[in-house]
Parts: sequence; structure tokens; C-alpha cells
Amino acid sequence: MQRYSIYSLVRNALTHHEGWQRAWRSPPLKRRYQVVIVGAGGHGLSTAYHLAKEHGLTDVAVLEKGWLGGGNTARNTHTIRSNYIRDVSIRFHDVSVKLYEQMSRELNFNILFSQRSMIDLIQSFGKLRDLRRRSLAMALHGPQYQLISVDELQRRIPAMGSLDQVRLPPLAGMVHPEAAMARHDAVAWSYARAADARGVEIHQHTEVTGFVRGPDGAVTGVETNRGTVSADIVALATAGSTSDVARRAGLSLPLVTRNLQAFVSEPVKPLIDVIVNCPDVGLYLMQSDKGEIVIGGGTDPYPSYRQGSHFATFEDTVASLVELFPRFKALKMLRQWGGAIEFAYDASPIISKTDLPGLLVSTGWYGGFKSIPVGGLTFAHLIATGTPHPLAEAFGLDRFTGLKFLLEAGTVAQR
Amino acid sequence: MLLIPCPWCGPRPEGEFVNLGEAVPPRPADPAALADDVWVETLIMRANVRGPHVERWWHQRSCGRIFAIERDTLTHAIRPLDPEARP
Repeated sequence: MQRYSIYSLVRNALTHHEGWQRAWRSPPLKRRYQVVIVGAGGHGLSTAYHLAKEHGLTDVAVLEKGWLGGGNTARNTHTIRSNYIRDVSIRFHDVSVKLYEQMSRELNFNILFSQRSMIDLIQSFGKLRDLRRRSLAMALHGPQYQLISVDELQRRIPAMGSLDQVRLPPLAGMVHPEAAMARHDAVAWSYARAADARGVEIHQHTEVTGFVRGPDGAVTGVETNRGTVSADIVALATAGSTSDVARRAGLSLPLVTRNLQAFVSEPVKPLIDVIVNCPDVGLYLMQSDKGEIVIGGGTDPYPSYRQGSHFATFEDTVASLVELFPRFKALKMLRQWGGAIEFAYDASPIISKTDLPGLLVSTGWYGGFKSIPVGGLTFAHLIATGTPHPLAEAFGLDRFTGLKFLLEAGTVAQR
Repeated sequence: MLLIPCPWCGPRPEGEFVNLGEAVPPRPADPAALADDVWVETLIMRANVRGPHVERWWHQRSCGRIFAIERDTLTHAIRPLDPEARP
């Protein structure tokens, strides 16, 4: 792997940038691999990287229907945080935040990681009690979540307008200083490059159309548009489409797919240097390094694979936005889009073996961008050792049979 | 904005309705008689189809009727179903 540094930049500038190598190879597709990962998004690539790094498994192929990092990895709003309520979720996401802090250095790729803290604007007493409880739960595990007054809220978010005319005036704020954002494409590219350097093969435009089954029903490979590939283990990391892909193996999963939309404005001067989240009205926003205001709201209120902008939800989100930030009425929106997110029955992720030997799934990631490093770490552990990683023991499919749900509501997306 | 065909009120904007999710078969009369895994599957498994999806809607902010329609989860094309059938 060609290392990136200020020296490589200067050296390549002097040679007219003709010496840059490709970030990853495009090798021919073999007929057999030890592990096939379906989906080259953040989770699939991170899993491949950790398989090679921690477990020495390099006979791995990552198959991608479209292009690398072009699914939900390209469609999220790149927020990283660990303000959860369940013990397992807090620990799991805290590790993810710590892995993100090291990622640029570890993978030698600048992911533009910016730890700028998230402020929850609390607009109802019910939410205030709920987030106070959450801050106490988080205090047991390390991540910080501090209550601040309305005056402090206005000091930290000066872009907010006068609160006199607001229907639900903020009562307090909750600050999560570990919260961060990072460039989402760079996360996928850095994992792809690092995994490729360790021998993992990435095959884009290779769609899995079916599964090869052994005489005992075990999954022994995949059918693709480029021929059959056999594998000891097939691991699904197909966020948004997992029900659809698993159905081709005859497997049902307790998932519902919904559309979650976001939109960005034209670039403006620096106005907001924190991530603002308003769980009571279903709105969150931040300013990207390019100056665009990135705005998101709740999911569309029914199952959907639409991956588009839904006007009723858009209107709802914008109404909340201009009430709290009246000067944003003058903003022009540049782009809007939607992503297909999967909810498990209890809204917690699933990292698990399935009823079919040889088929493993990592799914149920709503807000999966923040869990890319730890999701890959724990899924790779399950693939390589056959036993769940200690951080992810609670995320098996067997929790449903025992009705051991991990109810994890409370983000904007889950409203 | 979707126009949902209520069998009583006719096509109305989606904001008046609550989506009740996939139209699953009726619950078994005697859940205690089922094996645990069958009962759990009845409770939590969803087909989550990409394409034509038979689902229930509740006209909550109007006539209160609960009914089933078929909506394509990819295109949002809607096809009304027989209103006399059990939703």
C-alpha cells in the first residue's frame, strides 16, 4: 500500500500526480473463498479489514452489487455518538467512538474526523426526564452527557433565533462531547484500501442473485451475475436490503425497512459548530466542513424502500427548523435524498448466526454509520471464531426466541 | 403525499391515517398451545417485501375505519383491496 503523507503529496505534486497508485485492486473473481461478505459498504469493508487484521483471514471476497460505499454509507448524515440507554448499547457504541478517534491514523487515510459534540435541545418535561435517566446510565460506562441551561444553550448555538415565539420553548440542553462527524465516503474508502492491502478482494458490480445450498441445507456459496462462488462462510452486510437478500436463501428475519431522508443547503459561512438534535420535534442539523447545513428528520411513517424525499416528512422537518432557526428561511436547499434503514423488532442491531449453517448476518443498523468500526470488529470475531464477541453477545437472533428484547428507542429516526 | 383510499371516506391525505404495518394473518386462538419458536415467529417475523405489500391503515383522524390496501414499497403505487374482506 502506498502510504499517504505530506511527503507523498509533495513528491507526487512534483511528478505531475502521475505516480499515485490505485487505492485498491480489481482482481479477477475466483471460484472459491474462505469467507464471502455480501455488501461493500462501511460494515462489510470494516468486517473484511478486521478479519484480515485480527484473525489473519485474508482469503476473503467482498461482493458489491453497485459501487463501493454507494448504499447507505453514502446516504447517512455521518454522525458518530454513544448516547444510548441500554448497558450493552452504550458500551458497544463507546468502543466505536474510540475506534473512530484512531481511524485516520490507523488506516493512514484522513476521514476528516471532527469531534464537535452534540447538543440535544429538550422541549418537553418527558424528554428532560428521559435524557436525565440516559445521562445517569451513560455515567456508569464512561461517555459524558451533561445538562446545560437555556442561557448556555443560546451561547453555544448563537444561530438559534429568539425563543419567545417558539411553540415548545427549550427547557434545557444535553451535551454529548464525544459526538463527532466524519466524511462517510472516506470511511468506506479507508477500510477498502486497508483491507485490500492485507489481501482481501473487493468485487464491485457483482450482485448476489442466490445461494448455493449443501445437501444438509447449509449455505456453501453464492450465485452471482458473474458466476457461482463457493465459500465456507457467507456473511451478509446488506443494510436496507437484508430481508430481500436473506429471502433468496429462504430465511426470514424480524426486520422492517423504512425510508429516512436528509437534505443539505447551499454552503454558507460558519454558523453552527456543534451537532444540534431536537428529539421532541424530530429534527437534527449540523454544518459540514464545506459550509452546507445538513438537515435530517424522522423516518417516513410506513415501510418503504423508496430511498427518496417524502414531502410530508420534509415539510414537518422544515417547519420545526424554521421555528427554532428563523433565519434559515433564506437557505436554499441543494440536494435531498433518502436511505433505506432496517429496524429489527426491538430496534437494536443483529450480529448473528442464522438457522442456516454457513450464513451469518449483520443487520438492523439504523444509524449504522456510527457503528461501522465496532460492527466490523464484532462481526469479524463471530465469522472467524464462531462465537459472538463479548461486546455483541446480546445482539444474537436468539434474543427474540427468548423474548430478551433490547429496546433502544429515543433517537430522532426512531420517533 | 400519498392519497389513501379509505373504503368509507374515499381518497384522503395520508396525514389522517396511521399505518399499522404488514397485514399479518390473525393471531392463533390459543397461543399457549403453540411451541415457543412458532409463537415468537408469529409475533415478530415480517416479510418486509420490496414491491407490492399488503398492509393495514387506520383512518384515525376521521372515520376510524381499519382496512387493508396493497401498496408498492418501491413506487408507492396503491391498489385498493376488497373492503368487505377481513383486513
